Amino acid sequence: MQPFTTLTGIAAPLPIPNVDTDKIIPARFLKTIKRSGLGRNLFDAMRYLPDGSENPDFILNREPYRRAEILVAGPNFGCGSSREHAPWALLDFGIRCVIAPDFADIFYNNCFKNGILPIKLPQEICDALMEDARLGANARLTVDLERQVVVRPNGEEIRFEIDPFRRHCLLNGLDDIGQTMAHAAKIDAYEAKRRAAEPWLFA
Amino acid sequence: MGEGTAPRTLFDKIWDSHVVERLPDGTCILYIDRHLVHEVTSPQAFEGLRMAGRRVRRPDATFAVADHNVPTSDRSRGIDEPESRLQVETLERNVAEFGVPYFPLMDARQGIVHIVGPEQGISQPGLTIVCGDSHTSTHGAVGALAFGIGTSEVEHVLATQTLLQKPAKNMLIEVQGRLPFGCTAKDIILAIIGRIGTAGGTGHVIEYAGEAIRDLDMAGRMTVCNMSIEAGARAGLVAPDEKTFAYLKGRPYAPKGEAWERAVAYWKTLPSDPGARYDTTVTLKADEIVPLVTWGTSPEDVVPITGAVPDPDSETTEARRAAKRRMLEYMGLTPGTRMQDIRVDVVFIGSCTNGRIEDLRAAAAVAKGRKVAEGVRAMVVPGSGLVKRQAEDEGLDRIFREAGFEWREAGCSMCLGMNPDQLRPGQRCASTSNRNFEGRQGPGGRTHLMSPAMAAAAAVTGRLADVRQLVAH
Repeated sequence: MQPFTTLTGIAAPLPIPNVDTDKIIPARFLKTIKRSGLGRNLFDAMRYLPDGSENPDFILNREPYRRAEILVAGPNFGCGSSREHAPWALLDFGIRCVIAPDFADIFYNNCFKNGILPIKLPQEICDALMEDARLGANARLTVDLERQVVVRPNGEEIRFEIDPFRRHCLLNGLDDIGQTMAHAAKIDAYEAKRRAAEPWLFA
Repeated sequence: MGEGTAPRTLFDKIWDSHVVERLPDGTCILYIDRHLVHEVTSPQAFEGLRMAGRRVRRPDATFAVADHNVPTSDRSRGIDEPESRLQVETLERNVAEFGVPYFPLMDARQGIVHIVGPEQGISQPGLTIVCGDSHTSTHGAVGALAFGIGTSEVEHVLATQTLLQKPAKNMLIEVQGRLPFGCTAKDIILAIIGRIGTAGGTGHVIEYAGEAIRDLDMAGRMTVCNMSIEAGARAGLVAPDEKTFAYLKGRPYAPKGEAWERAVAYWKTLPSDPGARYDTTVTLKADEIVPLVTWGTSPEDVVPITGAVPDPDSETTEARRAAKRRMLEYMGLTPGTRMQDIRVDVVFIGSCTNGRIEDLRAAAAVAKGRKVAEGVRAMVVPGSGLVKRQAEDEGLDRIFREAGFEWREAGCSMCLGMNPDQLRPGQRCASTSNRNFEGRQGPGGRTHLMSPAMAAAAAVTGRLADVRQLVAH
């Protein structure tokens, strides 16, 4: 996984509440056995017109937001299904950070597994960042995970909270499996205990 | 939460008994007892194992079935659609290579993973159960801690049989009293989501309790737990009781003989202790529930079938007014329209929410002796091959066919439109599924969520209808 340290980039405003995972990547694009290539269908229904051409009104179809690396979104972002295709699609498009008042649990969790930083900030701060994002290329946001701050174009720094373990993994690009496997002896011991107590759960 | 004497909730007990190790920052390595796998969210996980030279730690605790994009028409000749076929073939290759038990497409046990788990007795009280699908919450109906995970976590569980997790908060939703005539488990959960909203349960595990929940059969409890995720909660739970034990007894993967007695003795210790603490408590009165339908594009947009399409102008903020106006535009609805005047094009009865035999019986009771309205396409998709067989043994297929419903093979089908069962743009569907998101059942499709009996009522009247006017009290 690519580490996430600091990111300075264009932020796209998406002031819609309850953006669900079907909106992020509709189910019919999940018929892939790969992780890559989903960016083309990110926000498909909003991004393309029925004839397949780009919807010029959609934010990510406009300059400079085609190059957005940060998304400033509405509450309950990522609700719905557990599909990791949602963060994969964001990442494939180039989004590495989503800022919103809150996120659905599974989506939030999935982001960290893919080097995407989801940042929860109060609604009024998100509103201010949304205004910054509307200024486009003249108003890049900086996200500094090491210092846990978002830096606004006017230089104001906004502190955000994040689970220390997740921060550590993101900063270092660590893969969970390798870390858990370091505890293999503990898992073995736990499993032996359960096998003795509930043998019917083991074949 | 320790092993001390403080009263614990059902969730606390399952959690505590599955912690392998607590890391310094409070993150826990949580042991996973049962891992259900399907074709859409697993290929990249198996590929990850292969690349790292890892094996599946416990193939005996892993069960695979294809459900999301399988066709529900005759499939004896395989799958026509090349991408869907590739995904199912990839699953078949992976389960063969890694030694994972699999219910093949032509096996009667094939079906929607969340129907199959309880049906086979794979899902048992006190277990931790995961699957790369958010409706894994369904299995909480047997008193298991069951939740959906992403593909990276699927790989993590395959490799280590554990997950890195922090404990969720406890929410108690008590549904007091008895459910009125014409109302079902679906109306209970829609009422709950309407009350607390789609983010109301975020960060929580919901325990459903109260007389109306105890009164539900296991299928009804599964319907309620299934849609916990639509209330924002990753998991829903119902305390195991005699109904749970009776349901599980004799199922293929349930313990047998002496093991059964030991298991039941343990399961009886699981219900929350008196005085256990919940972070959030919500109370509903069952006798105030009426048959509900959704009007918008979020499951929280519920309205009584006797009501009307709401007016966005009644919202308090401009953002909310704008969101509702957009929903109405998408749904092709005008404020003030009576819900019962809304015509439907398609009726879908099935899904992990409402694809069990009890659901098909409820729909058949309404369909019996009636005809699907002119111009309406109505389909019944059993949740599994075994549900289909049971329904056929009871003659339900004949009732549906004679009424003009399509009687199809098991799968997720039009709940999410990954297979050919999709709405066309602008089509309006009365659906027993779980999500009314834009485009969920097909691009441009319009979904109204409701119970199986209500969906059958919509099929025979051609509009959203009050089932209480169609069946005898």
